[in-house]
Amino acid sequence: MLHNQDKKKIICMGKKLGEVLLSVDHISLAFGGVKALTDICFSIREKEVFAIIGPNGAGKTSMLNVINGFYHPQEGEITYKGVHRKQMRSHVAAVQGIARTFQNVALFKGMSTLDNIMTGRIIHMKRNLFWQACYLGPARKEEMENREFVEKIIDFLEIQATRRTPVGRLPYGLQKRVELGRALAMEPDLLLLDEPMAGMNIEEKQDMCRFVLDVNDQFGTTIALIEHDMGVVMDISDKVVVLDYGKKLAEGTPDEVRGNQAVIDAYLGVPHN
Amino acid sequence: MMQAFLVDPFVVMYDAPIFFVEVFVSGLLSGVMYALVALGFVLIFKASGVFNFAQGAMVLFAALTFVGLWELGVNPWLALILSALTMIGVAFSVERIVLRPLVNQDPIIFFMATIGITYFLDGFGQTIWGSEVRPLDIGIPNEPFMDFADWSGLYINKFDVFAAVVCSVLVAVLAGFFTKTKIGRALRAVADDHQAALSVGIPLKTIWTIVWSVAGIVGLAAGILWGSKLGVQFTLALIAFKALPVLILGGFTSIPGAIIGGLIIGSGEKIAEVYWGDAFGGAIEDWFAYVVALIFLLFRPQGLFGEKIIERV
Amino acid sequence: MIYREAGQFKTSYNSDQALLPIAQDRFFVIGLLVVAYVVIPFVANDYWLNSIFLQFFIFSLAAIGLNILTGYAGQLSLGTGGFMACGAFSAYKLATSFPDMHIIIVLFIAGLITALVGMLFGIPSLRIKGFYLAVSTLAAQFFLLWLFNRVPWFTNYSSSGVISPPPIKLIGDYYITGTQATNLTQYFFTLTLVVVMSLGARNIIRGHIGRSWMAMRDMDIAAEIIGISPLKAKLSAFAVSSFYCGIAGALWAFLYTGTVEPLAFEINQSFKILFMIIIGGLGSILGSFIGAAFIVVLPIFLNSAPAMLGLQLPGALVTHIEFMVFGVLIVFFLIVEPHGLARLWGIAKEKLRLWPFPY
Repeated sequence: MLHNQDKKKIICMGKKLGEVLLSVDHISLAFGGVKALTDICFSIREKEVFAIIGPNGAGKTSMLNVINGFYHPQEGEITYKGVHRKQMRSHVAAVQGIARTFQNVALFKGMSTLDNIMTGRIIHMKRNLFWQACYLGPARKEEMENREFVEKIIDFLEIQATRRTPVGRLPYGLQKRVELGRALAMEPDLLLLDEPMAGMNIEEKQDMCRFVLDVNDQFGTTIALIEHDMGVVMDISDKVVVLDYGKKLAEGTPDEVRGNQAVIDAYLGVPHN
Repeated sequence: MMQAFLVDPFVVMYDAPIFFVEVFVSGLLSGVMYALVALGFVLIFKASGVFNFAQGAMVLFAALTFVGLWELGVNPWLALILSALTMIGVAFSVERIVLRPLVNQDPIIFFMATIGITYFLDGFGQTIWGSEVRPLDIGIPNEPFMDFADWSGLYINKFDVFAAVVCSVLVAVLAGFFTKTKIGRALRAVADDHQAALSVGIPLKTIWTIVWSVAGIVGLAAGILWGSKLGVQFTLALIAFKALPVLILGGFTSIPGAIIGGLIIGSGEKIAEVYWGDAFGGAIEDWFAYVVALIFLLFRPQGLFGEKIIERV
Repeated sequence: MIYREAGQFKTSYNSDQALLPIAQDRFFVIGLLVVAYVVIPFVANDYWLNSIFLQFFIFSLAAIGLNILTGYAGQLSLGTGGFMACGAFSAYKLATSFPDMHIIIVLFIAGLITALVGMLFGIPSLRIKGFYLAVSTLAAQFFLLWLFNRVPWFTNYSSSGVISPPPIKLIGDYYITGTQATNLTQYFFTLTLVVVMSLGARNIIRGHIGRSWMAMRDMDIAAEIIGISPLKAKLSAFAVSSFYCGIAGALWAFLYTGTVEPLAFEINQSFKILFMIIIGGLGSILGSFIGAAFIVVLPIFLNSAPAMLGLQLPGALVTHIEFMVFGVLIVFFLIVEPHGLARLWGIAKEKLRLWPFPY
C-alpha cells in the first residue's frame, strides 16, 4: 500500500510542468469601500493543478472573476500567455482559452445537457448566417464534427443518459458535471473551477477528482481550483495559495502550506490584524 | 440647412426672450403633468418591482369614471370619492386576478401582464362609458394670470399652476409616506425580492393592493388634470408612453427623479418643437422624448437619481 | 399509442439532429403542406384566400421575426410595427426606383435594409436589458413612423399621401401586385415564401447562432463567460428579426392592402404581434404560426358571434370587446401557460404517446 505522500511524489515526478501560463501581479480589487483583494501575486505554470484556498469571504471567487475578466481590478496586472492585460472582457478571455465553472451552477436551465455542452463549442463554430439558414452543406458538416467532439466529452464524464434532459431537472451533482463538460468543450488552456466538489458526497467527489486529474493528465489543461475540502486539495494539487481577508497568506506545495502557522491561525480563527 | 439647426433657433430665442421664458415655463408645467403620471409608475415599480404599463389606461379609466358619473348628475365631490373607490376596486381585482398567480415570476412576465391589463381596462372603460371625447371643466380657468402678465409681460397659465400645486402636494405626501412609515419600508422590501419579503412575513397581497390603489388615485388626479386640458378621451392613455422617457431620465425608483425627469422632458419637448420643429418638418414632439431617453440609456442607464445596477456572479 | 417512437432508432448524429426526428411529426407536416398546396386552393373562396390566409401568412412571418428577437434571444421589442413599416417603404422605394427589379429581389433587399435599421436600434441593447430595452424599441417605433409620415421622399413626393405599389409581374404574365394580381397567385407566392423562410429560421435556430441567442436569453453573464460576444449575439438577433419583419411589412403593403401607409404599422400592430407570440408560445416557430392564426381568426369570431347569437352590436362596441378579450387572454396565458399554445400542443403530444393509458 503506497502512502499518499509517495503516490504524489511519483505523479509529480512523472509530470513536466511548463512555462508560466498566468501570472498575477499586485492585483487589488475593491467594491466601493470593501476591499476584496489586496496586492495579490502568484503565478501558475502550464499543466499545473493550482489550488486557491482560504476561509469564506477571503476573496477567492473574486480572484477567479478577475482572472477571467468578469471583474476589473483597480490596480495590478495579469500576464496571460506572455501578454500583459489590464482590462479584458470575459468573452475575450474565453476565446483566448480561459474557461470556468461557478459556485452556483451557471447552466442554461432551459436547454438540455447536450445543448448546454454544445454552447461551449460556439467559439469554435464559424459558419455564417447564410450557411446556417441552408443547414445542408458546410453548416451541417461543422455541426456534426462538433457534435462528435461533444459526445466524446459526454462519454468521458459518463452523463450519456442525461443527454436530452433539461438541465434544470438534473440533480445538483450531475449539473456540476454538465458545467464541467461545457467548460471542457471550449478546449481551454486554463480551466478555473470554483468549488467543483461543493455539495457532493464522497463517491461523487472521488468521481470529480478523477475527472479533474484526467483532464489535467490527458489534455494537458492547466487547472486552477477553489476548494474547501482539504483532503482533496492536498491530494490533487501541485501548488496552493492561501487567501484571507483579500490578502495572500502563503504560497507553496500542499505540505509547505499545511505547516504554515499563519494559515493554521486563519482557519482556526485566531484574530490577526 | 446646418444653419437652421445650429444657429437660427438660438437667434430666435435671443430676439424674443419673453416668449422663450413663456415656452419654457409652459413646458415645465406640462412636464409637471407628465411627472404625475410617471409618479404612478414609480410607486408601483418601487414597491413591487413591476413596471406597470397599464398606468396610462388607469389614468384614462379613472378620468372616464369621474366624468361619466358627473355627467350622470352625481355631485362632483361625490363623483371624486366614488372614482377613488373604483380605482381601489381596480387595485383589488388586479392584485387578486393578475399579480397573485404570478408571484416570483420574471419581471418581463409581469410587464407583459400589465400590457394585457392595459388592453382590458381600455376596452372595459370604453364599453361602459363610450368613446366620445368629453370635456371636463373643474372650475379652474385655462387662461393666463392677467395681472401678472401686465406687470411682467409673461403669460403664465392659471390652470398649469394649479396642476403644479396639486402635483407638489401629492409628491410631498408620498415621499413622506415612503421614507417615514413602516409600510414604506415593507414596500421597499417587496420591490427587492417577493419571496424573501414573504418569508419575513410581509403580507404581499396587502402591500400590493395598497400600492396599486395609491397609484390608481394618483392616476385619478392625473386624469382629471389632463382631461381638463385635453378632454377625456382615448389618447389620454397614450400619455403613458410619454412617461417612459421621463422615468428613464429620472430613474425608475426615484420620486424626485420622476418630477425632475418630467420637467426636463416637458420643457425640452416644448422648446424643441417651437424652435426646431420647422427645421424637422414639424411634430417632433412625437419622438423627441424618446431620443433623449435613448441617449440617457446609453450613457447613464440608471437615470439621474436611480439606483445603480450591479451584477454579481 | 399513436405517437410512439418505438422502433425509430437514430443511427447517426445527423438523423438525431434532424428537424422532425419523429416519423409521425414528419407525416403531419407533409400532410399540412399537401392540404395547403393542393386542397385549400380548390376549396376556399376568395374571401378566405385573400383575407384570412394572406393575413395569416404575413403575420406568421412577422411573428417569427419577433419570436426570434423576444422569444429566442430574450430581447423584448415593441417596435415590430416600425420595422414592418421600414420594410414596406424600402420595398416601395426600390420598386419605384428600379421598375424592372424582380419582386423577390425587391423583398430581399428591403429585408436587408430593415435588418440594418434593426441593428442600429439594437445597439442600446448592449447596455440595457429587459423593459429598458423595450423603450429603445418604442423609440424606433415612434421615430420610424414619424419619418415615413413626414419626409416626403419616402412617398415619392405624392400629394395625396396615399401611395400604391406598382403592379409587378412574378413570372410570365402573372402579376403579383396591383389590380391584375389574382388571389391564387398571391396565395401560392406567400405560402412558398413563408415555408422557405420558416425553414431558414428553424435552421438558424438549431445551429450555433441560435444557441448563442438562447444562451444570451437564459443567462447572459454565463453566455459571455463561455465566449459568446454579446455584441454579435444581440445584433445578429436584431438583424435577422428585422429582416423577417421587414419582408412581412413589405408583403402586407404590396400584397394585402395594396397601399403603403404608416397607419397600418402603428403601435397597435406591434402589440398585436407581441400577443401572437405570447399566446402562441415564446421561443417556438410553431407557436408563431399558432398565435398568428389565433389572432387573425379571433376578431372574425368576435364579429360574427353576436350575430349568431341573435344580438346586434355596434361596430365600435365590438372593437372594445375585442380589446377586453385580448387583455384577458394575455393575462390568462401568462398565468396558466407562459409558453403558450405551442407548449399545450407539446403536452398533448406527450399524452398521445401514452394514450389510451393514463401514465
